[in-house]
Formats: sequence, C-alpha cells, structure tokens
Amino acid sequence: MPTSAPSLSPEQLDAFGRELDAIRARVVADLGERDADYINKVIRTQRGLEVAGRGLLFLGFLPPAWIGGTAALSLSKILDNMEIGHNVMHGQYDWMKDPRLNGKTFEWDTACPADQWRHSHNYMHHTHTNIVGKDRDIGYGMLRMSEEEPWHPYYLGNPLYATLLAIFFQYGVALHDLEAERIAAGETTVGEKRGLMGDIWRKVRGQTLKDYVLFPLLSGPSFPFVLAGNATANLTRNLWAFTIIFCGHFPEGTQEFTEEQAENETRGEWYYRQLLGSANLTGGKLFHILAGNLSFQIEHHLFPDLPAHRYAEISREVSEIRERYGIPDNTGPLPRQFGSVVRKIVKLALPPLPGRGGSRLDLEDAIQARPRELTASMQAGSVAGIEPVAVTGPAAA
Amino acid sequence: MPSTASPRRVGRLLLRSSLLEALAYPHGVDRYVELLRPLLVKRDVRAEVTAVRHQTPRSVTLTLRPNENWSGLHAGQFVGVSVEIDGVRETRPYSPAGSQHAAADALELTVSTHPEGRVSRYLRERARPGMIVGLTQAEGGFVLGDPRPQRVLLISGGSGITPVMAMLRTLCDEGFAGEIGFLNYARSSELALYGSELDQLAERHERLRVARWFTRGRGLALGGRFRREHLQAVISDHAGAATFVCGPPALIDSVCALWAQDGLAEPAVETFTPPALAFDTDGAEGVVSFAASGRKAANSGLPLLEQAEDAGLAPEHGCRMGICNTCSCRKRTGTVRNVFTGATSSAGEEQIRICVSVPLGDVALDL
Repeated sequence: MPTSAPSLSPEQLDAFGRELDAIRARVVADLGERDADYINKVIRTQRGLEVAGRGLLFLGFLPPAWIGGTAALSLSKILDNMEIGHNVMHGQYDWMKDPRLNGKTFEWDTACPADQWRHSHNYMHHTHTNIVGKDRDIGYGMLRMSEEEPWHPYYLGNPLYATLLAIFFQYGVALHDLEAERIAAGETTVGEKRGLMGDIWRKVRGQTLKDYVLFPLLSGPSFPFVLAGNATANLTRNLWAFTIIFCGHFPEGTQEFTEEQAENETRGEWYYRQLLGSANLTGGKLFHILAGNLSFQIEHHLFPDLPAHRYAEISREVSEIRERYGIPDNTGPLPRQFGSVVRKIVKLALPPLPGRGGSRLDLEDAIQARPRELTASMQAGSVAGIEPVAVTGPAAA
Repeated sequence: MPSTASPRRVGRLLLRSSLLEALAYPHGVDRYVELLRPLLVKRDVRAEVTAVRHQTPRSVTLTLRPNENWSGLHAGQFVGVSVEIDGVRETRPYSPAGSQHAAADALELTVSTHPEGRVSRYLRERARPGMIVGLTQAEGGFVLGDPRPQRVLLISGGSGITPVMAMLRTLCDEGFAGEIGFLNYARSSELALYGSELDQLAERHERLRVARWFTRGRGLALGGRFRREHLQAVISDHAGAATFVCGPPALIDSVCALWAQDGLAEPAVETFTPPALAFDTDGAEGVVSFAASGRKAANSGLPLLEQAEDAGLAPEHGCRMGICNTCSCRKRTGTVRNVFTGATSSAGEEQIRICVSVPLGDVALDL
C-alpha cells in the first residue's frame, strides 16, 4: 500500500526547492572534461557496437555470428536511444558547445523524429509530469493508466494494447505527437497534423530503408539473416525502452495530479510533484547505463538537463533530503517495479468496483481544496480506489 | 601523382556516396569516420597542427594542414579556430599571417596570448604537432582587393600584425611592382612579431620600406606611438596609398584622426580588441522574451547574449564581439541596436548576432 505523502507548508516547500537548487548549481559549476569524456566514450562504444553488429550480421548464416551481431546491434540501439539520444536531446551536453551534441539538432536511431520528441517529451511530459489530461505519457493516448480516467469497455483491451505498444514502441513514440486520440475525438484535425505526418514519414522511411532494405540487400545471400537480425535488434530495444520508461512513472506509489493542482506552482512545488510522480530502479552500473540512467527517474525529473551519469552521484543526497521532508521512497529492483506496472495495466482494464471507487468524489473535493493540501487528499482518494483490487496483489499480504 | 591519387579518390567518392549516407542514417557518415580519421569528414573544416614555434614569450605560431573542405582565403581575412577546453568547445577569430599563395597545407596562425584569453593560452601551452582544431571558412572584408591598389600602406600594432603580414607576403609573392610602406608597433623588441622576416623582405624588395617601433622601447630615436613622421619614413605620399590598419583601438583612433585631419577618406581598419563600451542600463525599457525556453526578463540594456546568460540560458557563442557569427539567433519581433555601428535593425524576423545587439524596447528571440 502506498505510503501517504506529507503535506508541506509553503516555507518547507521553499526550503526544499532551495536545497535541490543548490545541488543543481553545484553540479553545473563542476561540469567539464570528465562529462565530455564520458559522453564521447559512450558514443564511441555505441558506434563501435553498431559497426561490429552490422558487420557480424553479414555472416548471419553462422549462428554465433547472428547472435553476436544481433546482440551488438541491440546494445547499439539501446545506447543510442537511451544514454545518448534521450539525454543529449534534453540539452544535457549543450554546455559543451559542440554542434554534434546540441540538444536542439541531435537526431537518433529510432522512428520518432527528434523535433517531435523534443516537444512531446521535453516540454509536454517533463513540464506536466503526471498531470492527468496533460501528460500524454500517461497511457500514450491508448492505455488507461490512471484511476482518474473514466473506465470504458475499450479499456478491457488494456493488456493487449500495452503488449502491442511494447512490441512496436518506436512507432508508438513516433506517433505520439500526432495525438491520434484527439483527432478521433474531433479535438484536432488531420489537416493540422499534416506537417508532423510528413516528418514522421521521412524519418520512418530513412530508418526502414537502412534496416530493412539496404543492409539486407548489401549482404546478398545473408539477406534473411540481416533482416531478421535488424528486426530483432529493433524489437529488443523497443521492449527494453518500454520496460524502463513504464517503470519511471507507473509503479504503485507514484502519484498523479490534476491540472488545478499544478496551477501557479512554485519551484518547490514543482520539484515536489516531480519527486512524487517518479520512481527509481536499483541495479548495477551497466544496468544504469543501458537504462540511460532513467533508472534514476527521480533525479532525472528534478534535473532533466544535468548529464545523466551524474544522477547516481547525487542520488544519495536527494534521498537524504527526501527522507528529511518525510517524502516516501519509491525505489525497487526492475522485476518488482515492472510487476507492479503490469498489475496496474491489468487492474485498470476493469471497471472500478461499485460502491468502493470513491475517487471521483474525492477528486472534486480536492479541486476545492488549497493546492498543497491536495496531494494528501488525492492520496486518500487513490488509496480508496486501489484497495479493493489490491487484494489480488502482493501489497495486500 | 595520379597513380596513388586514384584509389584515394575512389575512397573519397565512396565516402561521399549517398548509399553510404543512407546506411549511416540518421547520424551521417562523418560521425563514424571522424572516430578514426577526424580530418576525413566531408562537412566540417578541420586542421591538423603540423608545426609549433614560439617567436616571442607571449605568442605561439602554428602551421596548420586544413582538410579538403577548406576553401582558401584572401590575405587579411580571419578564421574561427575551435578547441575543446575542459569539455567546452571554444571558438576565437584569428587572422592567418601567411601569404594567400602559400601551399594549401601550410596555413600559418600566430596567436598572441592574453592573461584572460582561454583559447590563446591553451594554444600556447598545449598545441603540439598532431593536434586537431576546428576551423571556419575565412571571412571578413579586410582585404587588398582585386585588382591590387597601386600603392599600399600597412600599419599594425601588437598582435594586429597578422592580417597585414598576410597582405605583405601575398604582395611579395605576386611580385607587386608598386610602393609598399609597412609600419609596425610592438611594446618591445622582445615582443615584436615577425621582426627578422620583415627585415629580410625589405632587403629583397626594393620598393618595400619597413619601420618598426617599440612603444616601451629604450632610447630609440623615433620611439613611441604613431605620429606623422613615422609615415614619412615608409611612404612617399600616404594620401595616395591604399591603407590598411590593424591593431588596438588607440592605434586605429590616432591613424583615423590623422587621416581626418588631412581630409582623407577613412583607411580600412580592423581590431580584435573590443573597444570599451558603455551601455545605457538605466534608460533600458521593455521585456526580453526567450521564446523557445519560455523565459522572460526585463531589458537590462546589456547585449542580448549577456541578458540571456543572466536569465540562466547558455546560448552558443564565440568571440563576443560580433565577428564569428556563432551566436547568431533568430529574432522574432522587436528592434535592436548594434553596439559597434549604432545601426538600428528592422522590427521583423531576422538573424541577429546577440553578442553585439542591445534591445530597444520589447524583443522576442528564438532562444
């Protein structure tokens, strides 16, 4: 059962914000050669893995070469998307003033055009983190991931949609900014999205041409092996990225917010929302690198533009501050956190049990309340909503 | 040698093929090639340092071998030189000092160090043969012009000798038949650049007269700063000579004052030392909006680059004096004034160099 978050006074929230600002200022002042060397080393490794992987796949008719090549290419795509692309596009390395690592122009090895990602992720998701109705990462416009979203028979397919999203994650991300569900609802039109569609088409064409046409054709007799290897590498990256990303905001205990709650937020309140809405993963150094350090989702949401390899270094300090303000921890190993996400996907496929789902009423009360009391009352609401279903989960034990 | 050039050319053609580019999508071939051969990239201009010498205790002279993307220069132009210092790529403008007819693999740069100059000190202390630096293509209108003038007067002070040295060497290489006067100022003979080479050139070229002065020299007959008598020592008639001046603002001011006194049109001038500027910080009005990052700040009257930095942004920039164009940024609305020329911009969308632009009222930038 999620532990309730404390309601902090405005003074406490200000002090909390200042403490986090101080961490950020200290890291920014310390940025230098170490960070540049780090990202350059990761890029070098990724390029090396990619060349090695594609090279080995030319010999893909030999099983060890196929396995090795596919593994290397999978790792290359994971590094490219997670530790390099996602982080560089946040502007984490803009201070280097290297045009190759400029957050505004960087492109990555996936179907989603970088410019659309910068809008849907950097701006929409990071600004409106876990605000139901604004943060489209909550369910990607196709899943029901929040109690606050009214149930509809369509959501019986929640587990199926989630599985499809995981398998085709790069295309799900690519189509994210199109807001297809809003087009369907008549809130926006295809015409308005025509420019975006053209960009997605060009990016998908480039990616498809490379992975599914040119490299297989160039390999001659290895054609089917290269095609299968490239498809497997893309699939591996899709499943991995989906897993890590869904563990960032959806494990039990992460909180959602209303638009009203986030209105006129102070810096301290913004930090507080980021902390309550994110969850961390435990693991070794290699795990964190392959997760693009999104395993430090909390630190990433507090400081999205600090080089991600710094999150591990500051996480102890962030935890210490969090504990001092009595804010509950949400950290766990990948199997536990992902298990919790899967349970939520399944649970929310079903309608709320009659008589027990008081969340709607609580939400309305919450809207009337003063902003900083909201978190506590929201919490009470979601606890009430979770309890009946949690009987099936280990949380009830 | 065509026999060795041909496999090389095939390799280059292959590297530049659109097939390879499609295979390297979306990063591009250069991002892979540069990890092994940084000079082989097809877009960026880069150069390898091939020789390093120290003419004076406060300078370093580098010989650079630019890659194939370098498209040459006219004597007097400058290039942006980029190096990575503590993880940050810094770019500064320097005028090559060599003849524009020198071999393509021998671009000569003399960099004078300044106590505050990160890049100049880095190059002086760390440049070694084999080091790779980034370059921009040559820029700038401080050039001799075609056809060449009939008579040329070159005046330089301190590190400002480099572009006029390039002009002098170019004219000598071209067998220029007209009269050339060369006036050079340095603090002391110890700090004077290209001293012996100037003397040698003067010996070889009948119509070249060189005079060198030391502003802090001891007991020299014609010591000190620029004055009319110095001109008479190197040129028969300064009024009829195409004149090029490069050096600190004080030297440029005194040359321009003398030219004005004689009723002559202003000579061509260049300085790499920004003049001390006073900004009207009290009379500043309006709001500066950094539209891309959603930040706003009251106009402080300082150049927009500084205002952006004060607002917590870190825009790309280089020289901070309106030369290198690194900080160029799209202005959405509003009017700005150029701090050097005083020129006022239009109110609409356009690219501006934010390091030398002061807002006049409300301004919105794509930053």
